[in-house]
Amino acid sequence: MSTLSYAAPTTVDDAVKLLSGASGLAKVLSGGTDLLVQLRSGRVRPDLIVDTKKIPGIIGIREENGGFVVGAATPGAVVEEHAGMKAAWPGVVEALDLIGSTQVQGRCSLAGNLCNASPAADSVPAMFAAGAIAVVVGPNGRREVPVEQVPTGPGRTSLGKDEFILEFKFPVRPARSADAYLRFIPRTEMDIAVVGCGINVTVDEKGVCTAARVALGAVAPTVIMVPAAAAALIGHTLDEATLAKLDAAAQAAAKPISDKRGTVEYRIKIAGVLARRTAAIAFDRAMGKTNGKAH
Amino acid sequence: MAKQYVSATINGEQAEFLCETQQTMLDVLRDVIGLTGSKEGCGSGDCGACSVIVDGRLVCSCLMLGVEAEGKTITTIEGIAQGDKLHPIQQKFLEHAALQCGFCTPGLIVATKALLDENPNPTETEARYWLAGNLCRCTGYAKVMEALDDAAAKETADAPA
Repeated sequence: MSTLSYAAPTTVDDAVKLLSGASGLAKVLSGGTDLLVQLRSGRVRPDLIVDTKKIPGIIGIREENGGFVVGAATPGAVVEEHAGMKAAWPGVVEALDLIGSTQVQGRCSLAGNLCNASPAADSVPAMFAAGAIAVVVGPNGRREVPVEQVPTGPGRTSLGKDEFILEFKFPVRPARSADAYLRFIPRTEMDIAVVGCGINVTVDEKGVCTAARVALGAVAPTVIMVPAAAAALIGHTLDEATLAKLDAAAQAAAKPISDKRGTVEYRIKIAGVLARRTAAIAFDRAMGKTNGKAH
Repeated sequence: MAKQYVSATINGEQAEFLCETQQTMLDVLRDVIGLTGSKEGCGSGDCGACSVIVDGRLVCSCLMLGVEAEGKTITTIEGIAQGDKLHPIQQKFLEHAALQCGFCTPGLIVATKALLDENPNPTETEARYWLAGNLCRCTGYAKVMEALDDAAAKETADAPA
């Protein structure tokens, strides 16, 4: 009666062969917190599910050349408990901490959040801002892809049907660097972003920004990088003039739709407000003033 | 595809079952193994009524495939009590009448167990965030928080010094 097959390969090669050889639709399973909902609703009807979690290294966190490598299927809760990630990438960690419930965070993964390609995915603006690199494996071996090149539209990615993400590389942190992620929802927990904002900065001893990356979620068909917002920060301390330029750049980049969570006008306004607030947290953290939770 | 053979440890006992790929762990627990304590509220990971502990992690069993249970250690609501003796969390839920219709209660008790295993003395804020994924349509949250507080205090008091 059932035509849905399941495989849990233990090597990258076997997984790629299964995906390449699939006659119908094959779906990669990590934590399954999106895929199982789509299976049940009938939104996706795959012929094969390839569970990647038995591939060595795809779950877990390791340090490499001064940076962190996070396995693609590592549950959010595992990243949230990792002292090194919390210290180096508090914004990425707090974004994961906003995805669904405790139960969902016990399974959901960075790769799933990225490849589900929702414009409102919480960890994705944080990963974009972090400059994380996705290590993609497929029939032609490995390739390294900046995470912002993975989502191409709602539910769509640049990955081939026989490719999947093995791990994410988070770069080495210069001194006085920090990130932050904020999302706006009309309640305190268990909701989908009206707007999300991830900002990652490096500052000098005087608090002048020397490097910045700004990303916005839920204001376009994909999470977007906002280079003009980063440019507004670089070379400046976070004074009122800088905040005003950042706010304007974020608003200018926001091209949202109106839906039940908010109107176009509202989302554009919130994009600017969130950018201001997120930048304030990132700058404070970079200057060592606070490393507490943003939420 | 033929049904697949899965072997797991469920509530401390070796369990073997056959399931189809699309059957969730919740389907397997309820319909294959006959453990009907875990409930299906939403089937989409929003309500937490199907909460189980898998290798020490609280998860929604509706968001996990049965075939993924291979080699895993799973605790369901049926595995919380020790024989006929209720777990202190269950006892405190009873004493505080922390249930109305009771449908969400198995999930709340499993989630509370996972919380106190990890954080024996949570603040109210920590406990409320932890349980944000356990919905009670009767909205009986206040007594759940009282029962949780009392269970945490009892477990802390009973713990060996």
